[in-house]
Amino acid sequence: MVRGIQTRRKRYVEVLARIDPDGTVTPVSITWEDGRVFRIDRVLDARRASSLKVGGCGMRYLVEIGGRATYLFFENPRWFVEEIVPGVPRADGGLG
Amino acid sequence: MDRIVLHSDMNSFYASVEQAERPELHGKPVVVAGKEELRHGIVLTKSVEAKRFGIKTGEALWQAREKCPDLIVLPPRYRLYRRYSELARSIYYQYTDLVEPFGLDECWLDITGSVGLAGGDALVVAREISERIKAELGCTVSVGVSWNKIFAKFGSDYRKPDAITAITRDNYRDVVWPAPVRDLLYVGPATERKLHEYGIDTIGGLAHASDAYLTRRLGKMGLVLRTFARGEDATTVKPYDPATRTVDRVIKSYGNGLTAPHDLTCPADAKALIWLLSESVAQRMREDRVRARTIAIGVRNGTDLCGYGRQTHLARPTAATRTVAHAAWDLLTSNEPLDAEHPIRALHVRASDLVWPGPYEQTSLFDLVEPDYEGLDRAIDDLRRRFGNTCVVRGAELVDDRLAGVDIKADNTVHPVSYFHR
Repeated sequence: MVRGIQTRRKRYVEVLARIDPDGTVTPVSITWEDGRVFRIDRVLDARRASSLKVGGCGMRYLVEIGGRATYLFFENPRWFVEEIVPGVPRADGGLG
Repeated sequence: MDRIVLHSDMNSFYASVEQAERPELHGKPVVVAGKEELRHGIVLTKSVEAKRFGIKTGEALWQAREKCPDLIVLPPRYRLYRRYSELARSIYYQYTDLVEPFGLDECWLDITGSVGLAGGDALVVAREISERIKAELGCTVSVGVSWNKIFAKFGSDYRKPDAITAITRDNYRDVVWPAPVRDLLYVGPATERKLHEYGIDTIGGLAHASDAYLTRRLGKMGLVLRTFARGEDATTVKPYDPATRTVDRVIKSYGNGLTAPHDLTCPADAKALIWLLSESVAQRMREDRVRARTIAIGVRNGTDLCGYGRQTHLARPTAATRTVAHAAWDLLTSNEPLDAEHPIRALHVRASDLVWPGPYEQTSLFDLVEPDYEGLDRAIDDLRRRFGNTCVVRGAELVDDRLAGVDIKADNTVHPVSYFHR
């Protein structure tokens, strides 16, 4: 079992991104479903990778938001994050 | 200098992709299988964990469940598998332009020209590819490294999953030759049986067999297989064109087959399926502007699931649905009584012996001139191009509700192409 899996779930999000003339894609901000906008301060790393926590693969950006680093995946054409699920795992192994 | 050929095989491909997409399936017995209600309920791929229960590809689902009651059965998601396949190929492309796919999950790579970038060590490249696929896609591959395509393929099958096997000029006599002859690409059960009758059970045995015997029993194919066994296969890795998603090779035949949702026990049902399949075959030929001189059918009966094939030659090459269907129908009716005692499980229609029409066509001087069925077909094709494949339907296809709406041509997915199609 991969650790941490029961406390994360795949969450597709709205992303504003800048595309340079050479095709480089840089995410600028993430809009959460309740309307909050999280500005991305820095992109620390970008590489192709699979998500071991929630599954799926694509371009993985390590982004800094408010001093904290998190992964943002570009699955082409959709973007997703590994959302932290509040609460404890239920006894049946499902998510809280 | 010898070439350096890699063969990369994604392990339990469909099941691995499902596990990569849904981490909660990791470590569980998973199979990807067709729809049971359409009677396509056979195992397409099993995960490593399901394999431990003795589940085999091609097995019926009820057999698999008997071996493993907690089995997780998933429907296939071909679009997803194609995406992973494309992503894997895009990794291969960073090492060479000579990438020849063999189905969705396997590829040959000729890295002779680029291996210098990795210090001349092919195993370094193989390891890097394997690690990148694991990190970027979340799947594992097994890689075979050799100087020809056949041994590279053998190497990737030799140890799996997640392994790298090098077949070199120093070790092939010890690794490849003691292996059973069926482990060689293109040695199937029939060839294996013929070779066994002559006391040839290993690849080494085949490599040392005499010309006379091999040609007598296996024809020219015998000598080709011996070339494979000796590691003398010199076929090149064909460059794959990512734009058209095909390898530049000559098409030899067009075929479509279907396992019917229910066994065919009357002429009307069988006729509907024959027309459905012929329609797709003929339509694909018309799109590629070729005509066929030989029409063949494959029949699998419902009682013992055994099959056979029959073929016929046409006086004139054709791409007309009507002509193809009539030829296929004649073949079927002259071989099958089409009643409840002789149920048919699956049918296949194939057109081969292709001709590419030149600027003119030699017609027969003495036979009656047939009406221009292809002109009618072209009009129907045009309608279908604009309004979808099911907008115009043959009367024969309407007798069976369960077949109506089946779109053979659009559902016709990419199948592994034969090694010999070139």
